[in-house]
Amino acid sequence: MEHPYLFMTSVFGIFGMEEWAAAHPHVTYMWLAMVILIVLGWLAGKSISMVPKPLQNVFEVLISGLEEFMISITGEEGRKSFPLLLTIFLFVLLGNLFGLIPGFYPPTAAINTTIALAIIAVTWSHVIGIKMHGFKYIKHFLGPVPALMPLFLVIELIGHMARVLSLTLRLFGNMMGHELVVGILLMLAGPFLVPLPIMAMGILVSLIQAIVFFLLPTMYIAGAIEEAH
Amino acid sequence: MEFLVGSVWAAGLAIGIAAFGCGIGQGLGLNGAMAGISRNPEAAGKIQVNMLIGLALIESLCIYALVVAMILLFVHPAIAPAVKALG
Repeated sequence: MEHPYLFMTSVFGIFGMEEWAAAHPHVTYMWLAMVILIVLGWLAGKSISMVPKPLQNVFEVLISGLEEFMISITGEEGRKSFPLLLTIFLFVLLGNLFGLIPGFYPPTAAINTTIALAIIAVTWSHVIGIKMHGFKYIKHFLGPVPALMPLFLVIELIGHMARVLSLTLRLFGNMMGHELVVGILLMLAGPFLVPLPIMAMGILVSLIQAIVFFLLPTMYIAGAIEEAH
Repeated sequence: MEFLVGSVWAAGLAIGIAAFGCGIGQGLGLNGAMAGISRNPEAAGKIQVNMLIGLALIESLCIYALVVAMILLFVHPAIAPAVKALG
C-alpha cells in the first residue's frame, strides 16, 4: 500500500536520498524509532534520583511492572533475558504506534523487521536453554518415550521453526492488516471520520500485539529454562 | 485468467473460513471469561488482561489467513509456472 506522503522520506530528501528512502520506508522509520528510544532512555537514565522526575517515573513503572510480570512466568533465572525482551517490547510498541500518526509508516508492518525480531527472540531462548542445561538441552526435543526419539526430534524441530513463523506473521499481519483497512476505508468512504473507529482499535491492537510479542518469547524462555520431562 | 479467478476465489474463501473458526474460538474464550467475571467480579482485572492476550493469540490465526489471502491476491508466487503450464 503506497502512502501518499511520508515524513521521513522528505527528511531524507534534504540529503538527496529521497529515492532510496521512498523505497525503504520501514528502514527509515525504524531508525526514527531507534533515535526516539535511545534519546528517551538517555534522558531518563541521565539523572536518576530518589524522587523520580516524570520521565524516570514512567520508565520505572514500565520496567518494574514488566520485570515482575516476566519473573512470575520464568522464575528468577529469566532476569538476565529481561533487557533484550524489554527492548523488543518498547521497539514493537513504538513501531506499532507509528501506524496511527498520519504520514508515518509502522516499521513493524514490513515482514523483514518482524522476522528479524522473531529470529533474535527465538534464538535467544535456545541460547538460554543451552547455557542452562548444556548438552542435555537436547532432551527438550526428544520426548518422553525412547523408542520414538527420531519422530519427536523431527516434530519438535518443526515446532520450533514454526515459532519464528508464527511470531513473524502475527505481528506483520496485524500491522499490515490495520494499515490496509485504514487505506481501503480512506479510498472508499472519504478522508475524515470513517477510519476513526479503526484507528481507535489500532491503539488497542498496537498495545496488545506488543504485549504478545513480549509474552511469547518469555514463555519460550521459560520453556527452555525448565527441566526436560 | 482461470488462475486469477481461482486465486480471488481462494482468497475470499480463506478469509471467510478463517473468520468462521476464529469467531467460534473467540466466542468460547469470551464465554469462559464472562462467566468467570460474573461469578467473581473482583477478579475482573486479571481475567480481562489474560482474556485480551488470549483473544489476540486466537485472532492471529485469522491474521495468518489474511496474509495468505494477500499473497494470493497480490503476489502470485505461482503465476509464472501456471501461465507456462496453461499456455
